[in-house]
Amino acid sequence: RRPTVKMKRVFLLEALSVACCVLLSQVTAKNSEDIRCKCICPPYRDIEGQIYKQNVSLKDCNCLHVVEPMPVDGKDVEAYCLRCECKYEERSSGTIKVTIIMYLSILGLLLLYMVYLTLLEPILKRRLFGHSQLIQSDDDVGDQQPFANAHNVLSRSHSRPNMLNKVEHAQQRWRRQVQEQRKSVFDRHVVLS
Amino acid sequence: MSNGGGAPSSTTHLLDFLEEPIPGVGTYDDFHTIDWVREKCKDRERHRKINSKKKESAWEFTKSLYDAWSGWLVVTLTGLASGALAGLIDIAADWMNDLKEGVCLSAMWFNHEQCCWTSNETTFAERDKCPQWKSWAELILGQAEGPGSYIMNYFMYIYWALSFAFLAVCLVKVFAPYACGSGIPEIKTILSGFIIRGYLGKWTLMIKTITLVLAVASGLSLGKEGPLVHVACCCGNIFSYLFPKYSKNEAKKREVLSAASAAGVSVAFGAPIGGVLFSLEEVSYYFPLKTLWRSFFAALVAAFVLRSINPFGNSRLVLFLTWEYHTPWYLFELIPFILLGVFGGLWGAFFIRANIAWCRRRKSTRFGKYPVLEVILVAAITAVVAFPNPYTRQNTSELIKELFTDCGPLESSQLCQYRSQMNGSKAFSDNPNRPAGPGVYAAMWQLCLALIFKIIMTIFTFGLKVPSGLFIPSMAIGAIAGRIVGIAMEQLAYYHHDWFLFKEWCEVGADCITPGLYAMVGAAACLGGVTRMTVSLVVIVFELTGGLEYIVPLMAAVMTSKWVGDAFGREGIYEAHIRLNGYPFLDAKEEFTHTTLARDVMRPRHSDPPLAVLTQDDLTVEELQATINETSYNGFPVIVSKESQRLVGFALRRDITIAIENARRKQEGIMLNSRVYFTQHAPTLPADSPRPLKLRSILDMSPFTVTDHTPMEIVVDIFRKLGLRQCLVTHNGRLLGIITKKDILRHMAQMADQDPESIMFN
Repeated sequence: RRPTVKMKRVFLLEALSVACCVLLSQVTAKNSEDIRCKCICPPYRDIEGQIYKQNVSLKDCNCLHVVEPMPVDGKDVEAYCLRCECKYEERSSGTIKVTIIMYLSILGLLLLYMVYLTLLEPILKRRLFGHSQLIQSDDDVGDQQPFANAHNVLSRSHSRPNMLNKVEHAQQRWRRQVQEQRKSVFDRHVVLS
Repeated sequence: MSNGGGAPSSTTHLLDFLEEPIPGVGTYDDFHTIDWVREKCKDRERHRKINSKKKESAWEFTKSLYDAWSGWLVVTLTGLASGALAGLIDIAADWMNDLKEGVCLSAMWFNHEQCCWTSNETTFAERDKCPQWKSWAELILGQAEGPGSYIMNYFMYIYWALSFAFLAVCLVKVFAPYACGSGIPEIKTILSGFIIRGYLGKWTLMIKTITLVLAVASGLSLGKEGPLVHVACCCGNIFSYLFPKYSKNEAKKREVLSAASAAGVSVAFGAPIGGVLFSLEEVSYYFPLKTLWRSFFAALVAAFVLRSINPFGNSRLVLFLTWEYHTPWYLFELIPFILLGVFGGLWGAFFIRANIAWCRRRKSTRFGKYPVLEVILVAAITAVVAFPNPYTRQNTSELIKELFTDCGPLESSQLCQYRSQMNGSKAFSDNPNRPAGPGVYAAMWQLCLALIFKIIMTIFTFGLKVPSGLFIPSMAIGAIAGRIVGIAMEQLAYYHHDWFLFKEWCEVGADCITPGLYAMVGAAACLGGVTRMTVSLVVIVFELTGGLEYIVPLMAAVMTSKWVGDAFGREGIYEAHIRLNGYPFLDAKEEFTHTTLARDVMRPRHSDPPLAVLTQDDLTVEELQATINETSYNGFPVIVSKESQRLVGFALRRDITIAIENARRKQEGIMLNSRVYFTQHAPTLPADSPRPLKLRSILDMSPFTVTDHTPMEIVVDIFRKLGLRQCLVTHNGRLLGIITKKDILRHMAQMADQDPESIMFN
């Protein structure tokens, strides 16, 4: 049936995403540097401003626990602490690393594929098959007759090619679709102006 | 009922036993409108079938449970995928944005903020410095200050901006041309019943995600909210193909897409409730209660996933959380708020006109032939002009955050350099309402220039052939304008504190005017002026900032901007783009107030050829094919006979062609002069005639009809409420003509003095 190829691809995508999640959860083991409480205390009287960082939990994230050693004496502690701003910060450096590496690798693959499609493939095809074949594979299917369209719809549900033909067939169909889309968007300016 | 084949009659017909649904019947062509009534009927039929088999066995019962719960499953998966993709886009965009300025040597994958996380600077004066982050000038030339390094930084900034923009537009052009633009106008049209194949596909999803990061990182004046809605809808569409309940039924699929768009806005802003309201107000066409629950659930799941990815710490859950200050606002401040609303409405109207004019020029003249060159040119101009001004050089989201934040004792930006009353110590003092120092004046000038720059560049950037959104640039423009007004009010209150207004409400030495609030109100006003959203905008902004006390000023500004904007033109930016592209979108918000009748709009008119009809048992296959080939109509009414002209039903062109092809392959003996019949029993034929072809299963036996004297107001109402595609017109019970959705749209355009030929699709 027609959905099987699509469903297989979607399941593959799902499996990949699950694997990524598992990888992520292992990578995001808490790095000790990734949690902290940061207190910024501005200048007070003749004491300079300071920044204090400590690895404490959320309930201990206030001026009294983090600011050590306290630069003022007992009576002024409250006034000093009122000016300080303490924030509990948490991040996951493992997630960031994995995400950036994943993104760059997908971008790299797409760039290579794009270079292949636009530059290498026409050269290779011309060398292997000669000029006539190149023209044939580039004709666009602008079927206006309704019955040929119906033929397409019905034949899609009955084709049973083998594996390699399936991939080739799918790629040809995708190329044709992208070409149609490119014509609507860039040439005829019909959609998405 | 249109298909599903009639129950076999008592007289055994061999053909009836072979009556199975023909594959392909009931699907639609690309760029056509769906028939909502037919889809809903199909869904009810499927539901009835499953329910009737429920009691037969445990397996059937499980299938019925699976069917009932598949809706929630699709929505959950969509929320998960949207949240994950939004997290990826956020992290990657932040990193690439800072790549234009420098790299982090200790860990290449950290952006500026994350790199400085581990810096060991402890003194207050040095709290913004960070030795691990090296700018490009430092890396290449070896020195961080000086004119040479400034020029080197400038050059590298332009280089990176251009290369990102070039990559983005190349990827879009080669792999998925549908990935450009915002996506919201097209999604609105799709949700109203239009089909654009491939617009919500896998490749569009992947390319949109990847190029969105590149486009944002290249410094162009665009945002990522609209494209995130498109990404979420792609996820919804892809997951709905796993469940036959949704993959085979276009109306049910649109329920999932409504929920997916709510999830998209929810992860774009961290605003789940605002997302649901956005889906209700802006994007969806039909929004029943079930869709409301599903949208809420999808937005919830997506927000939850994004929060658990949480790479940047708790301060980034709510995008612009600034409201640690709960300073009150005063009644006299409503005047500047309303002024900001007027500014927002005016700017919105101006932007819509200018952007549509520019897009129309791009569509029709030679400008549009060079999309790659256009993107590179716009990116170059943006980079060259943006770098010298620190407010345009930084990321637009950071700019908005800085403008929303009030000046506290710890802020070190130029905007907060007030002159203090105390002698000696620098910018720190507890006394607000201070006179502005030179830093503030310099910042005001730069902000004015940034405002003008952003207003001009956004007109040319929205609509480029890269993914581009509109929310963040509009909010930035509004925030800049608001902050300028806020600082002006603050200085006015300080220097003229003996005026009546200020003496009543403001005490000397107390915090009176908060410029950050003005920035927030300005941002809401500008966004409302451009998109004409009301409730959803207020909810989104207050979910963004957490400022619950400020709902009344927000509402006042948004309503003002909507009224002012509506005075210049009723359409928001998305409706304007829909009309520019000629999509067949029947707006539910417009009223039809003309007094025309159905017979003024119906086809055929006086000058047209007569209505193309099919008789119920008179035609041969050859005649039928000739009718289909000669005309280009999408459907044909079926009548009893040419003399009586009494209506039997309606048959669609696509279904007829598929049925004939199918019959040619499967059934033997069908020849060109076989008789075609739409009745239940075959007509009496001479003995040597070839086998007749029964096409009753594709006939819609309950088409909608109106009489020719029906007022067009009622006809338009019927089309809107039921989602019809065509409607037949009768006179005294006899078929007279047909009205299609395209005819209605053309008629409305004609009545509004617009070009009726601009409605292009079926």
